Amino acid sequence: AGPVESKKEAAMSELVPEPRQKPVVPMKPMGINASLLGYIGIDTIIEQMRKKTMKTGFDFNIMVVGQSGLGKSTLVNTLFKSQVSRKSSGWNREEKIPKTVEIKAIGHVIEEGGVKMKLTVIDTPGFGDQINNENCWEPIEKYINEQYEKFLKEEVNIARKKRIPDTRVHCCLYFISPTGHSLRPLDLEFMKHLSKVVNIIPVIAKADTMTLEEKTEFKQRVRKELEVNGIEFYPQKEFDEDLEDKTENDKIRQESMPFAVVGSDKEYQVNGKRVLGRKTPWGIIEVENLSHCEFALLRDFVIRTHLQDLKEVTHNIHYETYRAKRLNDNGGLPPMTVETEENHESNL
Amino acid sequence: SPYQNEEKRNLSLGGHVGFDSLPDQLVSKSVTQGFSFNILCVGETGIGKSTLMNTLFNTTFETEEASHYESAVRLRPRTYDLQESNVHLKLTIVDAVGFGDQINKDERQVSPIVEYIDTQFENYLQEELKIRRSLFNYHDTRIHVCLYFITPTGHSLKSLDLVTMKKLDSKVNIIPIIAKADTISKSELHKFKIKIMSELVSNGVQIYQFPTDDEAVAEINSVMNAHLPFAVVGSTEEVKVGNKLVRARQYPWGVVQVENESHCDFVKLREMLIRVNMEDLREQTHTRHYELYRRCKLEEMGFKDTDPDSQPFSLQETYETKRKEFLGELQRKEEEMRQMFVNKVKETEAELKEKERELHEKFEHLKRIHQEEKRKVEEKRRELEEEMNAFNRRKVAVETLQSQSLQATSQQPLKKDKDKKNRSVVTQSQPGACLSSSKVMITKTSVEPLNCTSWWEAIQCCSCLVKSATWREGFL
Repeated sequence: AGPVESKKEAAMSELVPEPRQKPVVPMKPMGINASLLGYIGIDTIIEQMRKKTMKTGFDFNIMVVGQSGLGKSTLVNTLFKSQVSRKSSGWNREEKIPKTVEIKAIGHVIEEGGVKMKLTVIDTPGFGDQINNENCWEPIEKYINEQYEKFLKEEVNIARKKRIPDTRVHCCLYFISPTGHSLRPLDLEFMKHLSKVVNIIPVIAKADTMTLEEKTEFKQRVRKELEVNGIEFYPQKEFDEDLEDKTENDKIRQESMPFAVVGSDKEYQVNGKRVLGRKTPWGIIEVENLSHCEFALLRDFVIRTHLQDLKEVTHNIHYETYRAKRLNDNGGLPPMTVETEENHESNL
Repeated sequence: SPYQNEEKRNLSLGGHVGFDSLPDQLVSKSVTQGFSFNILCVGETGIGKSTLMNTLFNTTFETEEASHYESAVRLRPRTYDLQESNVHLKLTIVDAVGFGDQINKDERQVSPIVEYIDTQFENYLQEELKIRRSLFNYHDTRIHVCLYFITPTGHSLKSLDLVTMKKLDSKVNIIPIIAKADTISKSELHKFKIKIMSELVSNGVQIYQFPTDDEAVAEINSVMNAHLPFAVVGSTEEVKVGNKLVRARQYPWGVVQVENESHCDFVKLREMLIRVNMEDLREQTHTRHYELYRRCKLEEMGFKDTDPDSQPFSLQETYETKRKEFLGELQRKEEEMRQMFVNKVKETEAELKEKERELHEKFEHLKRIHQEEKRKVEEKRRELEEEMNAFNRRKVAVETLQSQSLQATSQQPLKKDKDKKNRSVVTQSQPGACLSSSKVMITKTSVEPLNCTSWWEAIQCCSCLVKSATWREGFL
């Protein structure tokens, strides 16, 4: 195990690009135009903001849901290129499968290019593994709502923390078993309930068990079924901000999703390069090769382009919905909002 | 926590993941939404506030000079949309008009300013407390920085300055600046700055300190902190110096260049305010000044963070009792209004009834008059009819008499025959005339000669018309 790992690390370092230059705060205007008085410097606020956010760091909480053995932990490890999730195979084999759905949240601090991220992976062992899986989404829904509650409590404090710790689930990867037929009733039930409280990204696990045609067909069928059942997965149509967003997201929703992924944390030599992959007698499946599977699409989507948006939708929409409901329900009085009170005041 | 939670540990990455793009993702969202920046300018009228704003942002915001005769201090906010490359800035400049102009410079100078700042905090707080809220596209009007303009006397701060700054330092980031710095010599300026800073310190005024915790900016910021208050000169006029056009003020004895750091601290102010610390000013406003306001306000309203376990509930309970109270009050007022309305309706109803009655009476009265008149007219008509009948009877009587008398005098046949002939001619030529045998008196006027030359001839002629003027209606 020792020498293999060090070799792996050495090889991995080749894949790490040059660390990003720390941005310098411009003291004199760059690119002075002909008129001496043209530049004010308002656009430096971008740099100022970026530096501040880098200093404070980011929180990101990702939940994985699916039956055991679908490769959830492997996928998360592949996504974040480190052992963020302990695989079941690594555990003591004598550990029984939990009788109910358990929620395990494991936090790590990872850094890249000067950006510090506190990543929390929330695992849900036991989901869908029982004989009777009725309401097995309830503990998960409960957990998600508890995080919203925690945040709300902090927010309504009189003396508030400068930065409220964010444990809310920003993204839930739901693993669909690659049966090739259709979604299972459990899948539909879970997604129906949870798509209203959290961003769900459905993924087709272990996609290397399907041929290209089977994959395309399966994806189409899954999309159809989700639509028929009124399940809005992330990115939700109703939150598209402008036309640009809409066209970009439409493409993702109607063509790419659900992403058919393969995960791996082992490396192999292919064409002189070291790649992450799965070795089989008939060939090596390269995880980051787009013609083999859609892992790279998922990674780019979740991490490189939509990570901030996932957090914002969680904060501005899911959390606000929870908060509004909570403030309304509590007390059982007719839902009269604070704003109505204000209106009344002004009328009187 | 019932969930298995491991301690956060640092992990090293085995490759490029890509979340280093996160700041970019975040910033690009902010860029799309745009930024707000709100500056409050406090200083005597004519001290150069508008000129400085124009110089800082390189546009002409203000065109007219402010009046010196304001009756009270009022706050005048003006919002502008600026854009530089892809950054949209919603800049609001708030002017404290009339500050320092009143004869009696009591607290009415400062309280409008404090009120304005508090109102912006209040508006934000109200939005934050709403059940359905939209904070992410809320136009932030909270004051991010207050530029306090000090008159360049060269001696010390005025008491109004100290009082004002003391009142504002817990509510807003204050950056004191010495205005019209070209009226003080370098050595005087140096002494003046020291005096000002020591007075501020001895009076416990907390001005804004440029942050020194970030290594990238710590050095420049700490240097700048030592140069406070900035001695500035503003100008939008351009003067040729050497072979360049620079913003400056031209005097007979020389040219004061705005952007020359040995002439004044304008460049330093611009660097600090815009290019280095704009974001920090915004952050401090939100995390320090606003939070303080919020805390005080909520405590004032009766909310307390007593039990850490039941915070939402205690907030909720207090909120609910207040809500009940308020609802009760509301109901009472509603009842009052309804009562008032009912009374008014009754009154109006009574009035209307009265009017109706009056109207009815009038109508009856008129009706009676009308009937009276009708009766009178009816009577008159009857009288007239009677008269007519009486007359007819007399006429008939007279005619019978005449015809009798005519028969009696049959010795004058010619005349009579003539008469008869005339009569019959006349009667025949008259269309629709009644062929009666009674005599009719024909006057000259009743004959209209058409062909004949004399009256006699006309009478005998058939083609001449006879006017019916002398004929009584009864005979037609």
